[in-house]
Amino acid sequence: MTADLFLQILVSGLLIGLIYALVAVGLTLIFGVMDIVNFAHGEFLMLGMYASFWGFALFGIDPILSMPVTAALLFGVGVLVYQVIIRRIINAPMLSQIFATFGLMILFRGLAQFFWKPDHRLVTHTLVGGNVTLGSIQFGLPQLTAAVGAVGVTAGLWYFLHRTRLGTALEATAIDREAATLMGINGQSMFALAWGIGAACAGIGGALIATFFPIFPEVGSNFILIAFVVVVLGGFGSIVGAFWAGIIVGVIEVVGGFVVGPEYKTAIVLSLLLLVLLVRPKGLMGKA
Amino acid sequence: MKAWLRGTVVGAAAVAALGLVWSGPARAQDEIRIGVIYPLTGAAASTGVELKAAAELAAAITNRELPAPDKLAAAVGMPNLKGAKIKLIFGDHQGNPQVGATEAERLITSEKVVALVGAYFSNVTATASQVAERYGVPFLNADSSSATLTQRNFKWFFRTTPHDDLFVTNFFAFLQDMEKKKGVQLRTLGLFNENTLWGNETTKLEVKLAEEQKFKVAEKIVYPAKATQMTSEVQRLKAANPAVVMQSSYLGDAILSMKTYKELGFSPQMLLANDAGFNDSEFLKTLGKDGEYVFSREVWALDQAERNPLIKRVNEMMKERSGVNFNGNSARAFTGVAVLADAINRAGSTKPEDIRKALQETSLSAEQLILPWKGVKFDAQGQNELGQGIIVQVQGGQYVTVWPFDVATKEVVFPMPAWDKR
Repeated sequence: MTADLFLQILVSGLLIGLIYALVAVGLTLIFGVMDIVNFAHGEFLMLGMYASFWGFALFGIDPILSMPVTAALLFGVGVLVYQVIIRRIINAPMLSQIFATFGLMILFRGLAQFFWKPDHRLVTHTLVGGNVTLGSIQFGLPQLTAAVGAVGVTAGLWYFLHRTRLGTALEATAIDREAATLMGINGQSMFALAWGIGAACAGIGGALIATFFPIFPEVGSNFILIAFVVVVLGGFGSIVGAFWAGIIVGVIEVVGGFVVGPEYKTAIVLSLLLLVLLVRPKGLMGKA
Repeated sequence: MKAWLRGTVVGAAAVAALGLVWSGPARAQDEIRIGVIYPLTGAAASTGVELKAAAELAAAITNRELPAPDKLAAAVGMPNLKGAKIKLIFGDHQGNPQVGATEAERLITSEKVVALVGAYFSNVTATASQVAERYGVPFLNADSSSATLTQRNFKWFFRTTPHDDLFVTNFFAFLQDMEKKKGVQLRTLGLFNENTLWGNETTKLEVKLAEEQKFKVAEKIVYPAKATQMTSEVQRLKAANPAVVMQSSYLGDAILSMKTYKELGFSPQMLLANDAGFNDSEFLKTLGKDGEYVFSREVWALDQAERNPLIKRVNEMMKERSGVNFNGNSARAFTGVAVLADAINRAGSTKPEDIRKALQETSLSAEQLILPWKGVKFDAQGQNELGQGIIVQVQGGQYVTVWPFDVATKEVVFPMPAWDKR
């Protein structure tokens, strides 16, 4: 393998890895705050992609420009899902929680298929369309934009959680729900906030991914398995962990796929996951 | 007179037999229940919905709800069953072989269908037809091309479409013809197929034929169909630099691979696709100009209507009812139901065994079909011997027939221009 080729593959892996991280941060946030695995997270991503698509198809607005609206919409969806469903199952057995979010996943897919048809859609023109050539390396501008977006979202989330009053309150709720309540933090609002932010992250992810990936009701399932791997690898609930784990998974998938053979790329990623779980069950940056 | 007599005798026998089993002979007489299993939800749902529309059109023509050209196989109707009506009962397999088998079982046992049609995905057809074989119900497959399906020596399985062995053999014949005509060398191949039964069988056969016909396989990739990225795949193809890429993909991955080709600046001299995703009506709608110059094998192309007024008329009916033109998949689904209806009429009975016998005796000619075949006639294993494929190319946003050269409507555009020179 020449150095150019290796660099090209590395860059491709890095870009897709950052996109995985983007999908995973919202998922890990929700889990970190309230220990509920959101199986419908891929569907939040799908809704974000459709919001971007319809903004583009109906009003001619670029997904990048409509991103704030998409994020706000998904924030609303997240809060609504929390208020209508999740609030009622916080103290329910884990199996009920799994079924609730799993059912939500099926509901969202069904609704998307019913209202928007099962067709594959594509945002055909975007501000960030086209290719970038750097020396001998080529990559898509949409992917680069999405990767930059992933860095931005992760950094923003980190800043929010560690440097703002509201974020610290959220973090406190995550660490100890009861103690935080005793300190005057409204646990219910914090949970709703976590769902809102988690869904908004998926919305931003959807907007960025919509610039280069086909959009269809089941699109969430393509990303969600890898997102779970990223969350577990990074450590459940760790935003920074998910960020680095996303990059690791992306690079290993692309480089491993190239070197060993593309038919094994998913197997390679999942083997890595098993290995990490054996050596370090709490993930790279998870708290025990 | 003789046919009438036979029809009456068989009909009476059927009535006697069926009367014992369910509600009564009246329903069996005026309603022929046929189970149709397609992916109506899930990743291939957009294809499934088109297949369903085509099957419904064939049923409507058989039921005389629509006037159709007399020559058409389905237009004969059901004179031997006193003009009985076909009722299609749909099952949704969601692209899942287990679900396909369960749906087949449901249609046979609770819906009491007399025959099954389906199921597009070869792996689902495999499981669903096993159920039909167990219950002794004819299974007519119109649109799955895995060659193994008719190598199982099933008694109740019939397939109208040509299978992959034939299509893939066509690829190599096409390349040899191109070499002769254009004086070029197309001897290095990149095999790029998805990893379900269909893609794996295709890969095996392509390797075998390449060896036999002195082509060199520069790269061979079997990729997971539900992909988030295809960078490693395309990089490997690019590094191997084959003259021709032979690709088998469903819709989502067909779109993703095209976008990745463009992104990484990969353009072989020829991209020769194996139908499916590349021929879905969504493919060009979604990709627009980026879908140009792709070759694909087909069993049907809209430009065949220019050559044949019958095809033109039936396509207009399809367009009126469902808003889309026929494509290779829906034209085959249409033909599947038509062939089954023809057999049921000739059987003059809704008993599975009679239908099976009638299917075995099927003899339809080219003029009765909307497909560019020589006809329909099943061999001992249930495979239609008279089917054949064509090669189409995307030119100006249309799939035009470019091979075999004698039925082509347009000249081949070759080689595929590089992405930055379009």
